[in-house]
Amino acid sequence: MSARQLQIQKISGHPGPVPGKGMHREEQLCKLVDTTTCIGCKACEVACVEWNDMPFHPTLFDNTYQTMPDTSWNYWNLIKFHEVTNPDGSFQWLMRKHQCMHCAQPGCLAACPADGAIVQYQSGIVDFQQENCIGCQFCVAGCPFNVPKFNPETKKVYKCTLCSDRVGQGLEPACIKACPTGCLHFGAKTDMLTLAQARAQQLRQVSGYRNAGVYDPKGVGGASVVYVLHDVTQPEKYGGLPSSPGIPISFTVWKDWFKPVGLIAAVTAFAGVILHYVTEGPRRVQPQPPIKEVDGGAPEGRTK
Amino acid sequence: MTTPAQDLRRKPDRFINRIGLTVVYRGELLRHRAYTRFLHWVYGIFFFLALLSGFGIYMPWIFRWFTPLFGGGAITRMLHPWFGLGFVVSFALQAHNWASDMKWQPGDTRWMKRLKDYVTHRDSIEPADVGFFNAGQKGQFWEIVAGCVAYLITGVVMWFPELFGRGPVAIGYVIHDISALIMLAGIFIHVYLSTIGEPGTFQAMTRGTVSEAWAWTHHPGWYRKVTGRDPVEALAEARARMKTQE
Repeated sequence: MSARQLQIQKISGHPGPVPGKGMHREEQLCKLVDTTTCIGCKACEVACVEWNDMPFHPTLFDNTYQTMPDTSWNYWNLIKFHEVTNPDGSFQWLMRKHQCMHCAQPGCLAACPADGAIVQYQSGIVDFQQENCIGCQFCVAGCPFNVPKFNPETKKVYKCTLCSDRVGQGLEPACIKACPTGCLHFGAKTDMLTLAQARAQQLRQVSGYRNAGVYDPKGVGGASVVYVLHDVTQPEKYGGLPSSPGIPISFTVWKDWFKPVGLIAAVTAFAGVILHYVTEGPRRVQPQPPIKEVDGGAPEGRTK
Repeated sequence: MTTPAQDLRRKPDRFINRIGLTVVYRGELLRHRAYTRFLHWVYGIFFFLALLSGFGIYMPWIFRWFTPLFGGGAITRMLHPWFGLGFVVSFALQAHNWASDMKWQPGDTRWMKRLKDYVTHRDSIEPADVGFFNAGQKGQFWEIVAGCVAYLITGVVMWFPELFGRGPVAIGYVIHDISALIMLAGIFIHVYLSTIGEPGTFQAMTRGTVSEAWAWTHHPGWYRKVTGRDPVEALAEARARMKTQE
């Protein structure tokens, strides 16, 4: 790992190519969350708050094993707790580490109208650059995982950075470092997928979770966070994990194609009135002044 | 007895007309009183503020040079809804002011059918049934009314996205954009026709008056209504007068 992993490859609202993109090939980085071995200890939550220097949050005990109702602009990582009843009547406690998925095709970046407010590094990390953020919150609408959170005081949006500051220095993200059970892994995406597939196969064959599998949603081009789930057919059970996440076409088709076409169509009206002035001329108040011959030249004024 | 809605217009209307100067010279007719002109320029200013701030956000890779005018991207984003609200509110007052003049008449449908003749100046003066506003002006007016409703609904959704959620924002901003594009096209036509496209029109929104000749040329029905004279006869007389002077 090196600083090269923070070479930018996508920029929101940016004209022209991305400087330096593709000069070096880098492994895609990936965080693997094995929900089957998460014990819900919240060490990752604490590590996240500590490393990113975010304040302690008072909370109310709501009779579950979940610390906060939801993530917030200064609370990026939350173990979501869900108690589900299976069809056979058995109970199951599902713990899912919820944070930014760092999608390969990020909905937030597609929706963002501010040049350079959201970037994607070659390593796959999607990072918000608050100094360029205009606070429009389109990223919130573009994200299928409900990740970006708005701070009404600073009028900026914040989310998990995948500890890009640590990763750039060759360190793993803070949450990974803190995990005591080995449920969190961090490394190259290919390695993480291999590991995840092996674990899913183990769950299917040994532990009796016949629907166990790897969650790496294709609707967003894959992600830099993948989950091993007991039941990959019903990710909604884990609280807010959509089975087929996607980006609204208004942030892709409309924004990339119809916006420029629409603008050209509207500016055609400008061309139209100029053309009208040149070919038809102004509509003059009647009666017009009489047309006079100028010595040796064409008649003055319109002859129509 | 007046209703509250009438009061809303009448009180500022009387006040602005009292402090605003409108002089009608010989050979001129009063076209827009001070209150109408005041409203026009208020929403005109708001329109351009909203247009520039909006297009800076619409397509920053072309219009990024608009946002520094307002103090940067974040402040542009913060101000744009207020510019929009200013436009919608001041235009609503004008809509209240103009609603009866803008009512669609059977003659307007006929006017629309001969739009090509209007564009190509087939006749030297407009048809006799063209009143205070022609059908083109009425069409644009009602488009803006519809646009304001669309702006207001979708604008509030984007202003407070946390109250409305992901879907309405994604749909709303497309509608907001389409409305802006229609009005962008409209403003070119509006500015052209009220300045170089139809000379003598601009003073209607500055001094508030137009020449009688302007009135019988562009709005013969209105000319007949305010002067009681036949516009075609008036034109013929003016032509004859011009001949004798020569």
